[in-house]
Amino acid sequence: MGYKSFEEINEKIRSKKAVVVTAEEIIGIVDEKGVGGAFRDVDVVTCGTFSPMCSSGAFLNFGHSDPPIRMSKIWLNDVPACAGLAAVDAYIGATELSESRGMEYGGAHVIEDLIAGRKVKLRATSYGTDCYPRRELEAWITKDSINEAYMFNPRNCYQNYGAATNSSDRTIYTYMGTLLPKLGNVNYCTAGELSPLICDPFYRTIGLGSRIFLGGAQGYVAWQGTQHNPSQPRAENGVPIGGAACLALIGDLKQMDPRYIRAAVFEKYGVTMFVGVGTAIPLLDEEMVRHVAVRNRDIKTEIFDYSVGRRSKPSLGEVSYEELRSGSVQVGSRTIPTAPLSSLKMAREIAQTLKGWIARGEFELQTPVAALPREGSPQALEDCEGE
Amino acid sequence: MNSEKRIGINGRASDRANAGVSADTGETSTGEKRVKALLTYPPGAVGKPITYSLVRQFNLWINILHAEIAADKAGRLIMDIQGSADDVDRGLRFLTAEDIEYEILNGSIVWDEDKCVHCGACTAVCPSHALTMDNLDWSLLFDKEKCYLCRLCTRACPVGAMSTPI
Repeated sequence: MGYKSFEEINEKIRSKKAVVVTAEEIIGIVDEKGVGGAFRDVDVVTCGTFSPMCSSGAFLNFGHSDPPIRMSKIWLNDVPACAGLAAVDAYIGATELSESRGMEYGGAHVIEDLIAGRKVKLRATSYGTDCYPRRELEAWITKDSINEAYMFNPRNCYQNYGAATNSSDRTIYTYMGTLLPKLGNVNYCTAGELSPLICDPFYRTIGLGSRIFLGGAQGYVAWQGTQHNPSQPRAENGVPIGGAACLALIGDLKQMDPRYIRAAVFEKYGVTMFVGVGTAIPLLDEEMVRHVAVRNRDIKTEIFDYSVGRRSKPSLGEVSYEELRSGSVQVGSRTIPTAPLSSLKMAREIAQTLKGWIARGEFELQTPVAALPREGSPQALEDCEGE
Repeated sequence: MNSEKRIGINGRASDRANAGVSADTGETSTGEKRVKALLTYPPGAVGKPITYSLVRQFNLWINILHAEIAADKAGRLIMDIQGSADDVDRGLRFLTAEDIEYEILNGSIVWDEDKCVHCGACTAVCPSHALTMDNLDWSLLFDKEKCYLCRLCTRACPVGAMSTPI
């Protein structure tokens, strides 16, 4: 069995000879030419996803005013930002809500406004120190008027995710969208066969330092995502059944495109952010070809009942993404309509855009500097006992 | 508590309802009239058999498209009303006399395609099947003819791409 190294593939990318296809396109190529033929003819496969990802945000450094202030409380367009860092550093979380507008505007909207080049009102207060005497500040900022502005998303790009439904007799409003009573709908939220970590189920090519498409710019995998769960049970093809691994991502907000980072409001849940992510998988060997050519019918997830407001929600059974994409699924004797929350149209656009970057020699693959953990699962949080 | 429920949903207009209706006036070629109305019930009025009266007293053909009704709150009912032009007008005057506010709904939800990210969240709640996903390119499809302005999509859309016509 042959082997292509990252370096060989990068050499082809530099000379603009790399053959790049998307994770959907590779399926037809494998059908036509077999795994061996696809390995011989294709070098890189691109993946994409465009989903609401709550665990997102951005670090900002505003620069120093005169006289200077050690900002201890910060608001951006009335949305509180975390100020517990050095004098003029802040982190704006995507889901933070506006103090004046509530759920209609939040941290994700601030980030979207910054990326779009719009002015954002900064307000800060402080207790004042000898070195930072100022106690109050109001200023207009844009992404170009401040120093660093980089997105750092602690948990993005879930490797598969459970689908959601609601068995109760009232409509419920969740981060998985509006769930109608009495199993009125099933919502699901991954790009399936185009999804980055579904196409590299054992993290052979993606790891810390991997270069990616993030919000229209080139970004990087910074760490494993929070609640990284590589121990989730897997199907025979290696793809986890339900939420598993995830990635912490970093990228330059100033280079991003508002088309690929979109603030979102989920009714009666709150604010979140659609994050566009693309990854490039080098076809190192035939095993990687088999992984990237996974089909929706072979990707399974569970349907969870979100009417149960507990950590563990009951599963109503397993379905494939082929079934979810068909428009309805069978749960017991019921046929339930399905709806996606993750935009496959945008995911495809991202995979195609990244394909173009690589084909034009503008994006080289980065060998991971360390592997993502392949063992371990998240801990639960228990309440205090006794006092 | 707001026990929101949807009853009697029938997304398909009958053959009769489709017969030669002018979209502008609701007047048909045979002197029939068809309107889509949003009825707002004041709290306490839900006990009145309004629909029954429209059918029995005014000989109207009623199709309830969407209902959100709770005994202790203002309720919303969207219905297709059809009958002779005179009967429809008399029925609407009856609503006013009964303290039921109504609004004649013209057109459909406004879909801002530039804002839309084609995620599909609106299709989860659309009872009329006006909003569906194209299963080839996974764009949102909007069939205005099927929309009965229940407005659920305006709240379910995460990016504010769905709005009510003004």
